[in-house]
Amino acid sequence: MSAHQDMQDRAVHGHGDGHGHADGHDDHGGAAHGSRKGYWTGFILSVLLTAPAFALVMTGAIGDTRITALVVTALAAVQIVVHMVYFLHMNSKSESGWTLMALIFTVIIVVIAISGSLWVMYNMNANMMPNMAMEMSGGGM
Amino acid sequence: MTHTPSGAEAPVYYDLDEHPHPPGGSTMLGFWLYLMSDCLIFAMLFAAYGVYGGSFAGGPGPRELFELPLVAVNTTMLLLSSITYGFAMIATDEKRQSAVLGWLGVTALFGLAFLSIELYEFSNLIHEGAGPQRSAFLSAFFTLVGTHGLHVTFGLIWLAVLVVQVKRRGLISDNVRRLQCLSMFWHFLDVVWIGVFTFVYLLGVLR
Repeated sequence: MSAHQDMQDRAVHGHGDGHGHADGHDDHGGAAHGSRKGYWTGFILSVLLTAPAFALVMTGAIGDTRITALVVTALAAVQIVVHMVYFLHMNSKSESGWTLMALIFTVIIVVIAISGSLWVMYNMNANMMPNMAMEMSGGGM
Repeated sequence: MTHTPSGAEAPVYYDLDEHPHPPGGSTMLGFWLYLMSDCLIFAMLFAAYGVYGGSFAGGPGPRELFELPLVAVNTTMLLLSSITYGFAMIATDEKRQSAVLGWLGVTALFGLAFLSIELYEFSNLIHEGAGPQRSAFLSAFFTLVGTHGLHVTFGLIWLAVLVVQVKRRGLISDNVRRLQCLSMFWHFLDVVWIGVFTFVYLLGVLR
């Protein structure tokens, strides 16, 4: 009985192992915590990633807009990861990995929705209104 | 697996007892799932902007409309509010109530600055005749950026409510949990803003 009680206690306080309910049911909620150093690291990395993106577009340092667009997109992708790690404290352990699972699922849906929409609508524009597309060029799909 | 002599039934244990679930134990996971669904809303708005972003209907395009210096200031405000909220969370861990209230106040100021700049930008656009009804591009723009702005607005209301609650009842576990939820919400809005300033403003000016 006391062993059982002990196990329940451990489950409640988030130190139980191999136990589905052990994901930190205390007041920390199983979420990882940040430190001052972590927040500063995230902030400095964010500045280092944001400033070049704006600078590149505002000065036009790279002549080719296509390459600039690629660089800016890459900087944004890295910055999103930085925010996830240093500000939202994402890791594979918080809530027994369920936050990460939910995030991966969401990212998959987001990628399908955005790339699918762009792909379908681009093809529809290209195939169904050839004359319109030529007349209205200038705006660009 | 335990080894049992052949012929003997392996003992089977069932966990019949209900485990205690303290109130709020699953709040953080639940709130994360909410944020993920919110993320899907923004994904659809980004997709709509991606599709309509080039449909100017003969109206002005991003290059004429967007002022990047203003957007850069706005981005700075939101980023600063993110780190000051981080400091509020650290103060929460250290149980320093007055520091928590102070940092929450600073965060609110940066959030208000962000909103004011955004409203200034919107009113400028509408004055120039580039309101949401002008073209599909502007409809998509106002919907996407406006939805983000509304999220920030509600985040600020939530923050004000939390300041009152922390003042009245201190850093009790309920309030700590609420602060953690708002922390996730606030940082999540900053993540969405990365997408907005990159895909709407920077790539818009490039196209």
